[in-house]
Amino acid sequence: MTAEQEFDFIRDSLDHCVKCTICETACPVAAVTPLFPGPKYVGPQAERFRGAGQSVDASLDYCSSCGICTLACPQGVHVAEINSRARAVMKQQHGMPLRDQLIARPPLQGKLGTPVAPVANFVLSNRLARLVAEKTLGIHRNAPVPKFAGRTFRSWARRQPAPASAGTRRVAYFHGCSTNYFEPGLGRKAVAVLAHNGCQVVLPRQGCCGLPLQSNGIFDAARGYVRRLVAGLAPYAKQGYTIVATSTSCGLMLKREAREILGVEDDDLRAVSSQTYDICEFLAGLAEAGELQTDFRPVPLTVTYHAPCQQQGHNIGKPALDLLALVPQLKVIELDRTCCGIAGTYGLKREKYDIAMQVGSGLFGDIRAARPDLAVCDSETCRWQITHGTGRTSVHPVEILHRAYGLG
Amino acid sequence: MEEGRHANIRLDAVAATAPIECEVLVIGGGSTGVGVARDAAMRGLSTVLVERGDLATGTTGRFHGLLHSGGRYAVKDPQAARECIAENIVLRRIAADCIEDTGGLFVTTPIDDPGYADRFVAGCTDTGVPVEEIGVAEALRREPRLNRRITRALVVPDATIDAWKTVWTCARSAAEYGARILPYHEVTAVTRAGDQVTGVVARNQGGETVEIRAQVTVNASGAWAGLLAAMAGCRVQISPGKGIMLATNHRLVQTVVNRCDMPADGDILVPVRTVSVIGTTDTLVSDPDDWAVTRAEIDQMLQAGENLVPGFAGSRVLRLWGGVRPLFQDHAPQESRDVTRAHAVLDHRARDGVAGLLTITGGKFCTFRLMAQDAVDAVCAVLGTTRPCRTADEPLPDSEDRHYYVLGSRLAGRERTLLDEQVICECELVRRGRLTDEMARRPAPSLDDLRRAVRLGMGPCQGGFCMYRAAGILHQTKHLSAAEADRALLAFLEERWKGYYPLLHGDQLRQAWLDDWIFQGVLDAGHLPLRAPARRPDTETAQST
Repeated sequence: MTAEQEFDFIRDSLDHCVKCTICETACPVAAVTPLFPGPKYVGPQAERFRGAGQSVDASLDYCSSCGICTLACPQGVHVAEINSRARAVMKQQHGMPLRDQLIARPPLQGKLGTPVAPVANFVLSNRLARLVAEKTLGIHRNAPVPKFAGRTFRSWARRQPAPASAGTRRVAYFHGCSTNYFEPGLGRKAVAVLAHNGCQVVLPRQGCCGLPLQSNGIFDAARGYVRRLVAGLAPYAKQGYTIVATSTSCGLMLKREAREILGVEDDDLRAVSSQTYDICEFLAGLAEAGELQTDFRPVPLTVTYHAPCQQQGHNIGKPALDLLALVPQLKVIELDRTCCGIAGTYGLKREKYDIAMQVGSGLFGDIRAARPDLAVCDSETCRWQITHGTGRTSVHPVEILHRAYGLG
Repeated sequence: MEEGRHANIRLDAVAATAPIECEVLVIGGGSTGVGVARDAAMRGLSTVLVERGDLATGTTGRFHGLLHSGGRYAVKDPQAARECIAENIVLRRIAADCIEDTGGLFVTTPIDDPGYADRFVAGCTDTGVPVEEIGVAEALRREPRLNRRITRALVVPDATIDAWKTVWTCARSAAEYGARILPYHEVTAVTRAGDQVTGVVARNQGGETVEIRAQVTVNASGAWAGLLAAMAGCRVQISPGKGIMLATNHRLVQTVVNRCDMPADGDILVPVRTVSVIGTTDTLVSDPDDWAVTRAEIDQMLQAGENLVPGFAGSRVLRLWGGVRPLFQDHAPQESRDVTRAHAVLDHRARDGVAGLLTITGGKFCTFRLMAQDAVDAVCAVLGTTRPCRTADEPLPDSEDRHYYVLGSRLAGRERTLLDEQVICECELVRRGRLTDEMARRPAPSLDDLRRAVRLGMGPCQGGFCMYRAAGILHQTKHLSAAEADRALLAFLEERWKGYYPLLHGDQLRQAWLDDWIFQGVLDAGHLPLRAPARRPDTETAQST
């Protein structure tokens, strides 16, 4: 199937829309701002007016690409995917701010910031510098930006002894940009948890999956990123390695979005897609088969769990909850909110920051009310937003498992 | 451009007690009649037009929206082809706001005669229709859904045209030049003084009789011209040729796509407004009001579409309709496709010995302006005057800047008022102000008329989500009684049902169910009080005690 025919498959799903408005009631952005006319409007409705000539509807850029509409639609309309494609056309025709080009390229940020991490972190936390960044680039002065770790995950991994060959499960770990540049600790813990469960973990060469570019409507560059990534992962997939991702949104890119939104369609992607698992999905699968190590020590903490939008896009339920339930003395409070507001890079933007904070306000209130020791969440940008909105430390579920296994 | 800027012209529902006097009376509010009225008014003739229903509800409002380049007739009917390309150029000049410049493609599909393309090119060259061959790969790049097995692709200046908008802007222009446009005036008798037709008697919406006296009466009633002529004791042989069309939920192509072969059924796919229309058929019928569509005809169209765009038969179809062409011939009916599409002006003094009556018939939408010009030339001849026609040069209202309509127009317009104004019809993005303006200028409280005027309820939900809103606004704007508003709503629902029940399946059936839950389940539309409640006899007693 060619990309063009695939395009039709997404666009044609608008035929299933019966106007029921369920997506509009589920949309976290439309609920807090009139600037976004809602997923039904910008999706199946507006799409009928597109396709011939100029893109005319800028309001669609207020879509945060969280994807809740697609999940909520009872008729199978690919609302978010239609919107993402229309936004790409809009950006292509009308251009885009330099900011969107910058924030959509984590590898660029990582390569620039990592060697000068202390300076970069100082600048990023300096109010004056942030004010300048807001005025010149349009990145909101208060937006939650991560700190550079200084030493990347990969540079740590290179110095590790070759993994013991005891493992029988062959896992290729897809760590993503954020683990590499901002949260290398998560990568170390993920590798340890996987190894503890008999996995022989390899680290294929890998770069950015292109998701930030895609959600900013920069499709050509996003396709280039994801194709390169997939080319690096495909040999492992074809040799039977399971590809395990700790970044739930980047994993979703490999599973679904590269094909459905970017229209990438090739053998490498097919091989990688079918072998890719979110880390909690993978571990919960082991648990279900009775093969998960259950030597958990008590972790006497209270944590909240928020399943981010992109995690829900996997259509795998909430495997993190199944895993956390195995940890003795851990009290888990499941939160029933759809979105924290950040949606990758959306909440960083000057004109969208307030919307993002309002979207997240319900979640922040729930977390504050629960007074947890830690706020657990699968997605990095959501964790940063949660910490920004609540002051609570936010961790990936695997970090709790790592602690329960007593691995560090 | 924002639509409907010329909102100043009101179309009045006259209840004339005294006869209306005029020089030219036009019977028929389709494209031809309205074109005649505008042309006559522009030439300074006092003009009245009567139409039995709303404007553009006969054949004009029931075609596929294709502004022919002439390519379709280049081989078979060169005269029609020449007229089409000439008028195509004129209409692009005067009615740009009604036209989308989609361009057209003639493609040789696997079921077409491979030799036709060469004859087609020769025919186009002979008749002056610009034609350019492009490679198959280029055609597929422009229209990715096209059948990949096409072997040739020829580009012609086809376009699409909004018939309702064209007729309404023509009518407004005619009114600006002093013509009286009277929709909902049905001719009940043609009056004669000896061998001279002196006008008509018409019945208006309120059931009142209106007499109109004219020096010349122009019968522009299209497929009904034979019936009308008979009322004056004259004979016109019209072969009503029925054609059916289906509209898909969204555009499958952005260019008009024609099969490159002799005209046949279901060989055109037209992107008009938000939908693609496939058409059409051609069947002789005895009654021009008979356009019932059979399941077999629907299947035939779906299958025909499959040949142009694979997968077509599985697309969501919103609505179907039939229209009846006014094919004119002076001899016995033959195969409908073989009757010329050229038009004729008949002077009944020469034909039937009845003076003061002209019939303009035959032709096609694309040549309506030319037909009007010929008809008004004949009118001037009868009146003994010569006045030049200016309709080929003076743009219609809203088309003065000569910008074509584009598909995104409404979406762009909606973006500008996103925070200020309610949208009433979500599918077709009809804003509240646009709707109330249109309600104010129309005599009849008909939701179906509003549907045609602003495309209210024309989208996927077919009025399911906007009609109850519109009925409420109509009630308020027109100061209707509850019973009148109920009747307006029910009349719309019945009309809509007629337009889509034969094709309900898949997505549209699901939509129909949801709509039904809204109207029957929530609003109990089946039991609305259609009459004002009778005063209860005990009320007065209760008050007096």
